[in-house]
Amino acid sequence: MNTEHPVIATEGLTIRFGGHVAVNNVTAEFRPGTLTAIVGPNGAGKTTYFNLISGQLPATSGSVRLYGEDITHLGAAQRTRRGIGRAFQLTNLFPNLTVLENVRMAVQSRAGLGLNLLSLWSDHVETIEKAEHYLHRVALAERRHESASALSHGDKRKLEVAILLALEPDIFMFDEPTAGMSVDEVPVVLELIRHMKEQGDKTILLVEHKMDVVRSLADRIVVLHNGYLVADGDPAEVMNSPIVQEAYLGMGVAEHV
Amino acid sequence: MMLHRLLSGDFPRSRILALALLAIVAALALAPFLFPGARALNVAATICVFVVLVASYDLLLGYTGIVSFAHTMFYGIGAYGIGLTLHSVGPTWGAVFMGLTIALLLSLALALVIGLFSLRVKAIFYAMITLAVASAFAVLASQLSDFTGGEDGRTFGVPELLRPGFRLVEAEVFGTAINGKLITYYLVFFSALALFLLLLRVVNSPFGRVLQAIRENDFRAEALGYRTVVYRTLANCLSAVVATLAGALMALWLRYAGPQTTLSFTIMMDILLIVVIGGMGTLYGAVVGAALFILAQNYLQALMKQGSDALVAVPLLANLLHPDRWLLWLGVLFVLSVYFFPTGIVGKLRNLKRS
Repeated sequence: MNTEHPVIATEGLTIRFGGHVAVNNVTAEFRPGTLTAIVGPNGAGKTTYFNLISGQLPATSGSVRLYGEDITHLGAAQRTRRGIGRAFQLTNLFPNLTVLENVRMAVQSRAGLGLNLLSLWSDHVETIEKAEHYLHRVALAERRHESASALSHGDKRKLEVAILLALEPDIFMFDEPTAGMSVDEVPVVLELIRHMKEQGDKTILLVEHKMDVVRSLADRIVVLHNGYLVADGDPAEVMNSPIVQEAYLGMGVAEHV
Repeated sequence: MMLHRLLSGDFPRSRILALALLAIVAALALAPFLFPGARALNVAATICVFVVLVASYDLLLGYTGIVSFAHTMFYGIGAYGIGLTLHSVGPTWGAVFMGLTIALLLSLALALVIGLFSLRVKAIFYAMITLAVASAFAVLASQLSDFTGGEDGRTFGVPELLRPGFRLVEAEVFGTAINGKLITYYLVFFSALALFLLLLRVVNSPFGRVLQAIRENDFRAEALGYRTVVYRTLANCLSAVVATLAGALMALWLRYAGPQTTLSFTIMMDILLIVVIGGMGTLYGAVVGAALFILAQNYLQALMKQGSDALVAVPLLANLLHPDRWLLWLGVLFVLSVYFFPTGIVGKLRNLKRS
């Protein structure tokens, strides 16, 4: 289901930290209805690549295009408002707000209500209902009135996913959504991602270490190594290509393959 | 239901706190009748003004997590705006509104510029910038003495309605004359009440919740699509505008604007202390904190004199309670209150209920 423009594309995207080039000249396109897994050894630049796309880091050179429009100069907030949604690898919540309030912050941003100074936050029933809906989706509804800091690690990860869903973006960026989750918690999140994928119109980017997860979900795999894009294509093909085998084996992280 | 809307759904959530707030508001509302005497009424008016001043600072410090030292500058702009305009134009209502408009525009412009230039950077840098700007402003106010009256400040006349000599009705009510002083007091009281309720509404609005989110995790707030610099700058402007109005009220009450009553760094410290003692991020803390602090500031010395006189036979104690030591005891009170109520008086009272 190719459209004229890819939803999001990077061209020669590069970021330098002093002498270290964390992401080096990466060109890739992402189309709707496709789940792309971005894999690579630790330090390959996967999360940095994500940060460049969602705007947490400014690119040294190259560009990011959203529906063909150059958004390289935009900050993270503006990119989010244009439909790039991001969940973080290291849990990144509002610890003293409740679970429900955490999700409501996302719903409210999406609804553009943030600059409303004189209405009552508690009167916005529609944002409460929407937030509760997304909490149900990740099986956290019962804990909605607890503060986010009281959640277990696995539940915090789920809350992170609920916040991303509540942003209702066009592009979902998951950065190791199941990292540190217990075995019985993982399926809830994977099911959600699979469900989202089956809706067919979402562009999903997934950084993931667990190869079984990648195999079961990905339509396409992009491999980063030392900041370079070294392989891009059909999962079976990419996994078996010599360059990928070498990149992983060469780093001594064979257990990921 | 009406109370719910008035308080923006933000109830005291502690019976003791609710009673304390009721007592403070009732005492302030009836102050001219309950506490006759110029000094008592002055204390009551100062409490009203400080509640607003501290609450507007809490919007920055407690709700948004911004440390600013420029709050007294905005307070001073309000006071001088009224004072200098009335001084040069004359005691008319037109001059009051003109002074207020000039002051509000100046405050808004300064808050906007300081905000846009420095709120994108680290918190400590913002604190330093505000300190520098506020110091420069204080120096300017004292140096331009032809215009501002320098260190002496300016005394000025107020519109006739607000003059002590003005009588609304000839008869006395409960032994209190209905004069211009009383009218000025109620102008201060009701303005303070309205401004406080407005701030309470703002912190409980969707905007207020974004400010709290920014305080908690600004990186995440930005990632959710909130441009934090816009929100911080807006909070800064709002806080500055309210502080300016507080300064204007104080000037109208004192019929005087000068560096010691508005711009001094001591007042900035007082504001910080009241916020911390009352409880950051609660707004009600501003009410309780300001009442306690202003009362202590005004009556601790007298109380100690009584204690010292009573204990004149006990040499060490009498000496310790000597009225000249009142600042020492005020300091001890602060240290103790911060030690025992790290979340402020309001935070402590609310936790009492929960445990």
